[in-house]
Amino acid sequence: MTTIDKTASVPAPRDGATHDGPLLDVRDLHVEFRTREGVAKAVNGVSYSVNAGETLAVLGESGSGKSVTAQAIMGILDTPPGFVTKGEILFRGQDMLKMSEEEHRKVRGSKIAMIFQDALSSLNPVLSVGYQLGEMFRVHQGLSKKEAKVKAIELMDRVKIPAAAARVNDYPHQFSGGMRQRIMIAMALALEPDLIIADEPTTALDVTVQAQVMDLLAELQREFNMGLILITHDLGVVADVADKIAVMYAGRIVEQAPVHEIYKRPAHPYTKGLLASIPRLDQKGQELYAIKGLPPNLLKIPSGCAFNPRCPKADDVCRTDVPVLVPITEQDGTDLPGRRSACHFWKETIHG
Amino acid sequence: MADLSKNEEAVAASEAEAVAAIEAPAERGEPILQVRDLKKHFPLTQGILFKRQVGAVKAVDGVSFDLYQGETLGIVGESGCGKSTVAKLLMNLEQATAGEVFYKGQDITKLSGRALKAVRRNIQMVFQDPYTSLNPRMTVGDIIGEPFDIHPEVAPKGDRRRKVQELLDVVGLNPEYINRYPHQFSGGQRQRIGIARGLALNPEIIICDEPVSALDVSVQAQVINLMEKLQDEYNLSYLFIAHDLSIVRHISDRVGVMYLGKMAEIGTDEQIYEHPTHPYTQALLSAVPVPDPEARAHRERIILTGDVPSPANPPSGCSFRTRCWKAQDKCAEEIPLLAIPEPFQGQDTPAAHFSACHFAEEKNVVAAH
Repeated sequence: MTTIDKTASVPAPRDGATHDGPLLDVRDLHVEFRTREGVAKAVNGVSYSVNAGETLAVLGESGSGKSVTAQAIMGILDTPPGFVTKGEILFRGQDMLKMSEEEHRKVRGSKIAMIFQDALSSLNPVLSVGYQLGEMFRVHQGLSKKEAKVKAIELMDRVKIPAAAARVNDYPHQFSGGMRQRIMIAMALALEPDLIIADEPTTALDVTVQAQVMDLLAELQREFNMGLILITHDLGVVADVADKIAVMYAGRIVEQAPVHEIYKRPAHPYTKGLLASIPRLDQKGQELYAIKGLPPNLLKIPSGCAFNPRCPKADDVCRTDVPVLVPITEQDGTDLPGRRSACHFWKETIHG
Repeated sequence: MADLSKNEEAVAASEAEAVAAIEAPAERGEPILQVRDLKKHFPLTQGILFKRQVGAVKAVDGVSFDLYQGETLGIVGESGCGKSTVAKLLMNLEQATAGEVFYKGQDITKLSGRALKAVRRNIQMVFQDPYTSLNPRMTVGDIIGEPFDIHPEVAPKGDRRRKVQELLDVVGLNPEYINRYPHQFSGGQRQRIGIARGLALNPEIIICDEPVSALDVSVQAQVINLMEKLQDEYNLSYLFIAHDLSIVRHISDRVGVMYLGKMAEIGTDEQIYEHPTHPYTQALLSAVPVPDPEARAHRERIILTGDVPSPANPPSGCSFRTRCWKAQDKCAEEIPLLAIPEPFQGQDTPAAHFSACHFAEEKNVVAAH
């Protein structure tokens, strides 16, 4: 025990004294992929923020840019072909895009960590999980191999992997899917970061295991007062854990709202369509509501509102003018705190 | 010699009989497929030269159910519970270790030759992953038309192109896409191609193994609607295997819950979702995230501990007992049978349906909407 106490770093004070804005503030981020077929505009002006202890859910279909935004925040975008062309990513007030690679390395892992979707392909199959967990301590804190292994066992205990001491030398394939995801979580937690980005952390898991993993994540988040960005396409998971939601479509945020609001009164036709397409009890035997058409090709995003070819409300203005993400209000003009919508017809959508 | 030819004649005669039975139209409201105590054990061997069997993975271990004409039977369960193996057994892609599958009175696990071919025409499959289940080097026309090469009696040669275009139209794709390749389509469109291929031979049963789980949320609803429309139009019976409980509830008339190679509970969608009596079903339903943040506070979730045990070494007695909060000594000793639980026998309640638990009782869980 004593050796651990000596080497364990004191958790950094949350909400650092030097900065009192949001923990992470993404502003007008643009990312594009320059490919042989042309330039794919994956992210076109995304802005969101996360506070300490808060859970932001980023909801979107494949190709909506939700994972690319996360990769840009982490600084793990494949360059080339991916390039951040515009925008700021402020972590505690510091623009991460302007940091040197060396500074970035210090933030990544120790301050911001990421949990990936597919634990089996994210873990190295030829290294034991203990070694991989310990790497965080060896690289960032300069611990010895022995000390790092003790810490690794401690971490495995914390994410409730049974018989951690006996399993520390096992390899990833020897663990079940749920246990592997716990190892991913343990790795992200290792240096007690301020912010965790979880990219579809439970998509590959069964519902009973998904419930275990989400519970664990919520518990650890409370314990460390971490900010959490949860990237997902599952409206059920979002309703369970999120504080606020950002819905993405074709590289833009189309709606932002606190979690309770959005399910009751969506203010964008896309969100409305997504919610309506969930099978509900009273609609059994009837046709499900389906958003017609397909998500757009990022090489040729439709002009105006990217959702216009699929939108039941689309009008001429939607085909020419890109709608801006604007704060929305009640019918009588009172503010709806935290709510924004990027639709020319948000009034009709929310109040109609 | 005489004996042998007589024997052959007898075989040919019984085969013709089987084919006739298979080709007869199915009657509505009758079970079209009867599965009885179906088992599939994959042997575990040791040694390279002298292989000896050291055990078996009991992927499917005694599953029985009926599939009626025109209905949808949903099968749910976690990965590794054997639901996909059941699908393969019904398609006769795997040889069953034991048990019977009766299709119109014929046991398809024992059929071969002409009779098996006739059965396969009537039982078709739609696969999970539309990216790997279509050959990237074949055009859509070739993919959908391939079943006609094997069963030329369905469509004469000159007629095939028109038939394929008809099928494309039926599943909501432009018939002019006939010469395109799979990579030119999105996931949802590819799944439509897979469905068109399944429909090509006018089957009576379509086995759908996770048909929408690889698709985007907004596209899932489109494909589900298409499948329901086709079911009404062609009077199809679906065996719908999936892990998304809300989609299964939407499309199914009856639902079976599998755990570790066995059927834990089976009944109508209302019986299973509103009045589950098996603890596993209850846990499964309570773990489904409900897309309603208001439900967060007042819903009881049963979080199971641990993982599904290995099917190579299942627990004695009830296979769920290692994760069950109700487990007692009896559960380790006696295998619970799939039957109407004693307390509900003879009663007219929705809880009176087949459930394989010694201590079956109703528990109020917030079911998936």
